[in-house]
Amino acid sequence: MTMLKTEPSFPNPDAAYEMLVEGHRGVSEAESAALNARLVLILSNHIGDLAVLKEAITLAKKAG
Amino acid sequence: MAERKSVYQFGYRRSADQDSKSPVRRPVVIVGAGPVGLTAAIDLAQRGIASIILDDADRIGEGSRAICFSKRSLEIMDRLGVGERLVEKGVTWKVGKVFLGEHQVYLFDLLPEAGHKMPAFINLQQYYLEGYLVERAAELPLIDLRWRNRVSAVERHEDFVRLTIETPEGEYKLDTDWCLACDGARSKVRDCLGLKFERHTFEERFLIADVKMSADYPTERWFWFDPPFHSGQSALLHRQPDNVWRIDLQLGPDANPEEEKKPERVLPRLKRMLGERQFELEWVSVYRFNCARLKKFVHGRVIFAGDSAHQVSPFGARGANSGIQDAENLVWKLALVINAEAPESLLESYDLERGQAADENIGHSTRSTDFIAPRTKQERVLRNAVLQLAPHAPFARGMVNSGRLSVASEYDSPLSTGDEEVFAGSAKLGLPVPDAPLEDREGRHRFLLQALGADFELLYVKNGARPNVPEGIRLTVIGEDLFDREGLFMQRFGATPGSAFLLRPDHHLCARMRRYDGNRIRNALARAKGLAK
Repeated sequence: MTMLKTEPSFPNPDAAYEMLVEGHRGVSEAESAALNARLVLILSNHIGDLAVLKEAITLAKKAG
Repeated sequence: MAERKSVYQFGYRRSADQDSKSPVRRPVVIVGAGPVGLTAAIDLAQRGIASIILDDADRIGEGSRAICFSKRSLEIMDRLGVGERLVEKGVTWKVGKVFLGEHQVYLFDLLPEAGHKMPAFINLQQYYLEGYLVERAAELPLIDLRWRNRVSAVERHEDFVRLTIETPEGEYKLDTDWCLACDGARSKVRDCLGLKFERHTFEERFLIADVKMSADYPTERWFWFDPPFHSGQSALLHRQPDNVWRIDLQLGPDANPEEEKKPERVLPRLKRMLGERQFELEWVSVYRFNCARLKKFVHGRVIFAGDSAHQVSPFGARGANSGIQDAENLVWKLALVINAEAPESLLESYDLERGQAADENIGHSTRSTDFIAPRTKQERVLRNAVLQLAPHAPFARGMVNSGRLSVASEYDSPLSTGDEEVFAGSAKLGLPVPDAPLEDREGRHRFLLQALGADFELLYVKNGARPNVPEGIRLTVIGEDLFDREGLFMQRFGATPGSAFLLRPDHHLCARMRRYDGNRIRNALARAKGLAK
């Protein structure tokens, strides 16, 4: 079974974070929420594994 | 709800049973002359079993009820003798379009392949279907249809059911070995038995209008999210015969149903949608949808089918279509039990198979309703994200859910014998077999499903002599009785010479093998009749 990866994947984590932040620069709060929703869908499909997605949702809920 | 005008009118007639001193005993009484009850009665009669249908009304009324009848329902109706009439009157369609605002985001084609007798869907007002079924029932002397016979009490006994029935001439009692409760979402029989029907109600209200107009829209199902004419909500437009169009407008949870039904509210909404076209309102009502099911459909000698057993929201056309399939699943089993060819326990498979179907239908219609009417602001954001992505990314099109339209249920059933070999093709264990265009011995075109009988059937692909099939099975040899000129049978069944396919009386595939094996067939037949140890 595939497991959710929680160990670092990006050699340069700062660059990945910066990219996400930049995506949200200069847009309204509503646009930002909509962008996040589209991103979640795109990335979920890229993962393509319900078990991994479920683990990710659980982790996200737990951390909040 | 508005008063329904009557489309077909029938008369009450006194039955001799009403004059009997003690209750007369009958083999089968069906409560409710809707699509489900009529299907059951006709199928039973075609299997030689008499039934009485009781209905509290004396007419078939108009009104916005079922309009979409699926390929599977039409195949069943064809076996009952009204399929071609339905298709002729109905509006055939298979393409659906989904719009976000003014832009199309998604298109689906429900039957992309040829070589099937029945189309993916027809649209037809439910009253036509009921009218045709009533006429078909009238041709069958084994059916006794009693209008204005209202069941008021149900008494369960060990091996029969006693019904109290009210008529314009007073009350009478009737005993029946089997009582089929096909009396709809507000089932009286279910109430009499005190059974729980736990509902999940959706808050959202919808306006449903049937509108008469001549319009040049194509014969497709059009669904809008956030259309310019009905901002922030959803809308559906779908054609029916006689220039009638079904329009479905989402109103939000706070809409007042009494106010929203008034012409001064309805007409401006429709004008925004239809523009300058002339139209007349045939029917309008405001609904909230429920999903519900009985835990068990079989309660001793009382058996529930259709909306009395389960209820769904309308997105997906899973109400009437699933009820018709309930009836077909039940009837061949009940006929075997009544004829003492199968144990009563066979009926548990009805409960199981149609229970699976009900869960599937409720799941689909719940997910569709959640997509169409998101419950929270964030759900709406996520829903809109799917719609925004759909034109750009194929994966998102698959998530667009304006109703997953009814297809035949695949039964994970103890009546099936597991495969020992691998088969390609669209035929699957537990599913009804796919249709295919064939030719008979005289060179006439014949669809497979037309050629099938009403009992267990073995489809054998010629490879030498005709096999000697066990009693109770009808044999059809492909390559001798029917010819597969186009090769579509072989392709759809993943067949090779010598392959054998065992079909149940409802044409669901229950066993298959690459080489005919009399013992395996005998065991598979016993298993499908509920006789397996």
